[in-house]
Formats: sequence, structure tokens, C-alpha cells
Amino acid sequence: MLTVFFDLWSDKKRSKISSVKTFSSSCVFVRLQVVLKIIKHYQEEGQGSEVVQGVLLGLVVEDRLEITNCFPFPQHTEDDVDFDEVQYQMEMMRSLRHVNIDHLHVGWYQSTYYGSFVSRALLDSQFSYQHAIEESVVLIYDPIKTAQGSLCLKAYRLTPKLMEICKEKDFSPEGLKKACIGYEHMFEEVPIVIKNSHLINVLLLDLQEKSTVADKHELLNLSSSNHLEKSLQLLMDRMDDMSQDIGKYNTYCRNLSKQQQQKQQYLQRRQQENAQRQSRGEPPLPEEDISKMFKPPQAPARMDTLLIAGQINNYCQNIKEFTSQNLGKLFMAEALQGHSS
Amino acid sequence: MNQCDWQGATARIPWRPALSFSSSPFVTILHFLYKIMAVHGPFVKIHPVVLASIVDSYERRNEGASRVIGTLLGTADKHSVEVTNCFSVPHNESEDEVAVDMEFAKNMYELHKKVSPSEVIIGWYATGYDITEHSVLIHEYYSREAPNPIHMTVDTALQSNKMNIRAYVSSQMGVPGKTVGVMFTPLTIKYIYYDTERIGVDLLQRTRASPSRTNGLTTDLAQVASAAGHVQEMLSTMLSYIEDVLSGKVMADNSVGRYLMDLVNKVPKITAEDFESMLNSNINDLLMVTYLANLTQAQIALNEKLVVL
Repeated sequence: MLTVFFDLWSDKKRSKISSVKTFSSSCVFVRLQVVLKIIKHYQEEGQGSEVVQGVLLGLVVEDRLEITNCFPFPQHTEDDVDFDEVQYQMEMMRSLRHVNIDHLHVGWYQSTYYGSFVSRALLDSQFSYQHAIEESVVLIYDPIKTAQGSLCLKAYRLTPKLMEICKEKDFSPEGLKKACIGYEHMFEEVPIVIKNSHLINVLLLDLQEKSTVADKHELLNLSSSNHLEKSLQLLMDRMDDMSQDIGKYNTYCRNLSKQQQQKQQYLQRRQQENAQRQSRGEPPLPEEDISKMFKPPQAPARMDTLLIAGQINNYCQNIKEFTSQNLGKLFMAEALQGHSS
Repeated sequence: MNQCDWQGATARIPWRPALSFSSSPFVTILHFLYKIMAVHGPFVKIHPVVLASIVDSYERRNEGASRVIGTLLGTADKHSVEVTNCFSVPHNESEDEVAVDMEFAKNMYELHKKVSPSEVIIGWYATGYDITEHSVLIHEYYSREAPNPIHMTVDTALQSNKMNIRAYVSSQMGVPGKTVGVMFTPLTIKYIYYDTERIGVDLLQRTRASPSRTNGLTTDLAQVASAAGHVQEMLSTMLSYIEDVLSGKVMADNSVGRYLMDLVNKVPKITAEDFESMLNSNINDLLMVTYLANLTQAQIALNEKLVVL
């Protein structure tokens, strides 16, 4: 039963990944200490639903992106109001250059709360990064999923279509229709590969020998209701946003059609009057500029809808992954009971 | 596979007296040892992120430099010291002199403090096997920055086929007033992880096995399968041990027997119907949520198509 499930879900997963095309980098190489630093940063400085951010440093080798180091950003809510982020960054980079650490800014990382990271802020930041360096990525670290047993680190990049749109800043429905971009094609996930040097391997060997065996196997934990509750709640909030957005769009459509009708009526009346005047021998009324009279209503920006849809999609994906894992675990528990009873 | 804590050997005390000393030093040594233990205890807890950074800065060292030094940051309390972060400091070393960029060290510390204000300088590290005279000088500098700093050595040159990671505290020795020297006493090292760190490191252990030293992150069900496999391995190890005891090859140990009893009792005894109903309700919940998620995805896809019309 377990293998059947595994086949089903892995097939779905594989097909989804292959449908997204990667354009320049085929994968991202990450070193051990970057992973550990990100984990540590969240653990120490991020509590609850606050996000922690930082900068990734590395280099671009042929078609791959290698991330070799990172440093964290202090929280924005510091009481030191005149804290200069740019200056902090400059100083940090300068210092790191002295110790031969790659100082090319290749991206940034952010922690996320239950997978909610698709937002306007992220889009803007990533766009500015990608504008400067084509291969830059944003690493999303999910601490809650990691605490459940498996390291959850994903690298995303904006698709070229989305880059085009951001450049034009044309977020109207027509613009989006032209580019035919859907919420699934906003971000492309770049697979992460952990690559270590031989010396790090020796270190890992040493660590394994000298550390105690992990006594918590979080991955096999059966309790799921807490996580499901929170995820569903976030999903519901997003759906509310979505329905509001749809409502707005519908009103816009209705206004547009009403205006069209009014325009038609006005034209008709004009023609009738003109016909009457002609029959009476009077000069026809001057043609008025119709477009000035009937100004078309403002089309609502579609970017938010796209973002919300992307976020909902993300939530659903996460939920499905979670439920598939838990189903597997439940069947294992059943087998265990079966043996003893 | 070691199931118990590793504790370093405290028998050997490496000391390099700057000058020879006379009369009974034992009392003084004991006195100072007691004093250090009272301040720092015998434990140094290190996070793996520190070691990874040290190895990385060693790999990036300048041409001609044989070792790398840097500052250790962390927290210290009465009984132990916890090292959570580090950064390397550029330095020049030659036969008779050593120059360390203090300005740089101070600057970096300020920057790091902005992110995590609770971390303080608690010592310094150096790669390499032995403690040299230069280390004494550098250690002196660090004693000005932090009370009783820790000195850590990481043997990246792998002199004894292993990466020996050691920590020391320095203490004065000799006859007070006359000839004094510095002695480095070793401390025991414990590796400490946050839960999430542990999970990350366990995953990355697998990179050792692959020939290209790379590893991708696996998908959902595969992870559960591998965790189950891991548990299965542990169970088979235990089973073989039990077989040995039963056949008389190994002496039975009472404490192990008690653990085994605990283990077997941990599987809860539930009547079949209760278990069935619990299982079914859980499965129903999960399936319902999956169905809802799929429905939502279909909904937004539809919505998108309608807008584009």
C-alpha cells in the first residue's frame, strides 16, 4: 500500500517539476555552512511568524550558481531608527573581501511561516536582484517543516515572462493576457544540490562519531492536526482575499458593460435626433467627442490576484505533501498494531 | 555505532613553559586548575556551524599562510561555554613576529552584534595541530577582550588522520613574582545542536556517501521511507544483540533489559475496534484535506482561465 501511494505522489511531483522550464541555471550548489548558518539565524533571531532575511554570496560557474557563504540582516524592527542597511551591507562585504570570501551578491534568503512567502515585497526584491544579476535566486527556508523532520530549503527565481512584465510595470488585464502568464509560471523552482569539499567530509565524519545518536525522530511523529489547522486557516484567509479580488473584478466588468450600453444608447439618440433635425431642415448637431463623455473605468491591477493565486497554489502543494506523508505514517502505525495485537 | 557521549581525554596536559620554574609548582597548578574549572567548568559546547566556517576559511586562506585564526562568539554562563558563531581575522605570521588585524576584528564584532546582540567574544580559534609561541601572544590580546578566553584548535592538516578539535583555557603558572609562564589546559568538547540543526546535519551526512560529494533534497514520501529504514536498521541491530544474549554469547545486562522492556511497552495496547476507528477518522481527515486542496487548486485555475477569456 505504501509503495502504491509513493508511486502516485512521486509521479505527480515529477510531472509538475518537468513542466516548469529552467532557463539559465540548471541547479544551485549550496555549501554546508550556508545551510547551517541559515538554520542558526532563524533559530536564534526569528520567533513566531517573523521572517529573518539575509544575503547570499557566491559565484556563477558556467551555468551553475554556487552559493558559498551568507550573512544575516538584522531585524527591521530595531529601535535604532537610523540604522543604515546599505552601510551595513557595504561594510560587511568589504570585511569579507579581506578574508577571501566571495563577495558577489548572488541572492538572498528568507524564512517563511507555513509557506506564505508569495508577496509583493518578495517579488519586488527578487526583481531588483535578478535585474542586476541574472542568475540570482531567493532561498526560502521553512523552519516549521524542517522541525518536522526534513530540511526544507527551496530556491526560486522569477520566470523571464514575469521579469518582462515587471519591467514594463504593466499590470492591467490586457498586459497580462498578452504575456499569457498564469500563477503557475511566476516562480520557477531551481533544484538545490549540496556540495561539500573533502575537508568538510572529514568534519562530518568526525561529528558523526562524536555526537550522540539523535533521540528525536521527528519525521515519524504521528500528530498532524496542529499543522493542518494552521495551514487551513492561512488558506482560508487567502481565499477570502481572493474572493474580494474577484468581486472587484466583477464590478469592473459590470461597470464596463453598463458603460458600453450607455454609449450605445447615446449614439442611437444622437442619430435619431439628427434624423429628425434633417427632416425639419435644421443643421445637425455637432459631433461630440464620445470618449470624453464616457470615460472607461479603471481596470484593476491583476498583479495582486496573480500573487494570491500563486500563494494559494503553494499552500495547497504543501498541504498535499504533508497529508501524503502522514497517510504513509498512519499505515505504518497500523502495521505495528497488527503485529502486536 | 557509539551510543554514549564522547568525552575527550583530560589526562594529557600540553604545556609550554616560557621559562623554567622552580620549587613546588603542584600546589599552584592545582590551585589554578580549580580556579579555571570554577569559572568555566570542564565543558565547551560547540555548534557545527562554527566548525564548518572554520574549515571554509582554512580553505580560503591566503597564499603562503599556514594557518588561519579568527574570533569565537557565543554565550558563557557559570558552568559552560557555548560557541555559536565565528569569523576569521586576517593575520600575518612569520618566524619571529605575528601581526593580527585588530581593527578588523573589532569592526566585524560590531557588525555581528547588530544581528545577534546576545553574542559576545568568548575566545579565538586557530587551525593547526600545536600551540605555538605566537598563540600565547594572540591569546593575550584576546584576554583583553573577554574574561578568560577559550582557545580552540582545529587540525585541518589532519596530522593524525583525524580532525582533532580541541579547546583550551590558559592559566598562569610558575612562581608568582619571578618566572611566570602560560599553560593551556584542555577542556572537554561537546557538540550541541538545535533540533533543526540536527536534522540538517543528519541529512548532509549522506553527502559523504555519494562519489561526487553532492546530494539533492529528497521528496516527501521518500523521506518517511528512509526514516523508517533507519528505525528498521536500529531494530535489527538490537535483535542481533538479543539473539546473542539468548544463545549465551554475550552477557545479559540488566539495564539494557530494562530499556528493552520500556520499548516493548511503548507500543500502546488498544482494542482493535478503537484503533480502527481512530485510524479511520485520521485517514478521513487527511483525505478530506487533500480533496479540499485539490478542489482549491482547480478553482483558481478555472478562475484564471475565465479572466483571460
